[in-house]
Amino acid sequence: MSIRRAWELIGPALLVVGVALVGSVTSGSMEFQFRVVLVTASLVVALHVFVGNSGVISFGHVSFVALGAMSAGLATTPVEIKSRSMSELFPVLADLQLSNLESLGLAAVLGGAYAFVVGVPIMRLSGLQAGIATFAVIIITNNVFRNWDRIGSAARALGPIPETTGFVQATVGLLLAIVVAYFYQATRHARMLRAAREDPAAAQSSGVNIYRQRLLAFTISGAMAGLSGGLLAHLFGSITTEVVFLDLTFITLAMLVVGGIGSLWGAVVGALSIAGLNSFLAEAEREVTLVGLDLDLPSGTRLVVLGIIMAAVLLFRPSGLTSGRELSWPLARRGRTAPGG
Amino acid sequence: MTEIIQSLVDGVALGSLYALAALGIGLVFGVMRLINFAYGELITAAAYTLLLTKGLPVTFRILLAVAVTVALSLIMEFVFRPLRVATPATMLITTFAISFLLQNVAVLWFGTQGESIGFLAFLNRAFEVGGIRIRWITLVSIVVGGVFLATIAFLLDRTDIGLQMRAAAADFRTARLLGVRATRVIVFAFILSGALAAVVGMMLAVQRPLATPTFGFFVVIPALVGVVVGGLDRLLSATIGGFVIGFVTVMLSDLLPSDGRVFLNSVLFGLVIIVLLVKPNGLFIRGLATGERL
Repeated sequence: MSIRRAWELIGPALLVVGVALVGSVTSGSMEFQFRVVLVTASLVVALHVFVGNSGVISFGHVSFVALGAMSAGLATTPVEIKSRSMSELFPVLADLQLSNLESLGLAAVLGGAYAFVVGVPIMRLSGLQAGIATFAVIIITNNVFRNWDRIGSAARALGPIPETTGFVQATVGLLLAIVVAYFYQATRHARMLRAAREDPAAAQSSGVNIYRQRLLAFTISGAMAGLSGGLLAHLFGSITTEVVFLDLTFITLAMLVVGGIGSLWGAVVGALSIAGLNSFLAEAEREVTLVGLDLDLPSGTRLVVLGIIMAAVLLFRPSGLTSGRELSWPLARRGRTAPGG
Repeated sequence: MTEIIQSLVDGVALGSLYALAALGIGLVFGVMRLINFAYGELITAAAYTLLLTKGLPVTFRILLAVAVTVALSLIMEFVFRPLRVATPATMLITTFAISFLLQNVAVLWFGTQGESIGFLAFLNRAFEVGGIRIRWITLVSIVVGGVFLATIAFLLDRTDIGLQMRAAAADFRTARLLGVRATRVIVFAFILSGALAAVVGMMLAVQRPLATPTFGFFVVIPALVGVVVGGLDRLLSATIGGFVIGFVTVMLSDLLPSDGRVFLNSVLFGLVIIVLLVKPNGLFIRGLATGERL
């Protein structure tokens, strides 16, 4: 593996480690915000594995996050609390008790399995039709979780879930996502999928089975999203169906597009910058001191500022901050940038 | 029997409302290939305009609501100009970002609680015909829906600008080559679609008289789904798609057993997936349309 290729993995990983190191010296709510950023970024990387390589927008990925979060949460909420506050649960779920790591494994497996089941029919669609179909999936998922009290806490918050997503777990989770995304991208499956993204007809006539490649990417990406969901549940310590619904869907998609659809570097940069900004503004609403300047924003400003910045980047730099390119080796000769994804 | 007719009437009423919203979305999509998520915020803007003018003469409130949505729609058109050359993914996410932004401006301005609009509330009273209770607003929705659909059909069919819009919708590049002025057609589409948003907003304001930041968002979502399910490539099919979503929603909620009614959305969107799989180009588009089928 040439240094230039390896840099596409090492660069994003170094950035993540850097962010994590900065975060680990903070404390209190700021420290919590850094962990939120890391976990959100792992979800955006998961989304990138499918959306970036296939070029098909998925509004459905938060379904896998929801399933991951709910299953990991349910598996680690103490049995006696479940029997008291969720009496309608299926017995097998009421008795289920897993460790932190086991519950994350479960979240990933379920996320992948759900993505596969949903993908079998839906991956036949393209473009807006695929978008709307995946949108239908998130609506159905939310509707079922919110109303079926035999599989969870329905409209109430699920918890208390052990808050095991500390700095190490959040960072390792994100690094794992980046490594999986990088190695998947290098496989011939991903190459065929990207060929289909650029020119479906040409790819098909060269023998690429677009449906199969999309389904594979969707499943891998679903498993990664499930894992992010598990991390999220263990980060917040409780989870409601509203947390894993439309707001998260659109904000993570926006992060991907702001970073630049098509490259892992774009996904990481977009996620870290927008999630970081989001967290910073959340802190600023509770007053923050920045280089000797007291900042105290009225609450509610956060989302407005975030909206303006997202819209501005999308309007004036529609190919995103990185233009969808991978990070190029800084010592390379000038004028040679590796083409993206 | 009366129950069935009652459902049918309610279904047609919600259907005509969604059809108008679908038409508003479809008009813009036709000339720009842009699905405008922020369309819901135009409807919300109409609701807030009515709220802020509470107590003033009704005619004035109506006119102002239309003026505000049309103005906002024109601003959107201007803001979206850089998107004309963007990829569909970027377009979709950008309009969503604008929608997200406007919703949060509304949150900042009015809060999330929701305030009573107080607009033509007497239309919620019902009259009875042969055992069927019909609210006046139902009748108004159907009539207004019908009138506007007919007016726009006439505009598209019989006027110059309408012809140009249809040409642009069918093949934008060729239409431009043949001398259709792109910006003029797009601006006109945004004006019409903005006016439609005001109409939808006003009719909704009577039935759901609580102005909230997501007032329009939750109308646009089903309307948008209807547009895609019906078939994006033609205005008529998109509009019928909107109608069908509204109609089916009412039918399902009357058909489902009472303890299953909470799962209405699951059933509805399950049907949406099935329809998309069977007829990816739209329920009401005959044969293979221009869309790729991969």
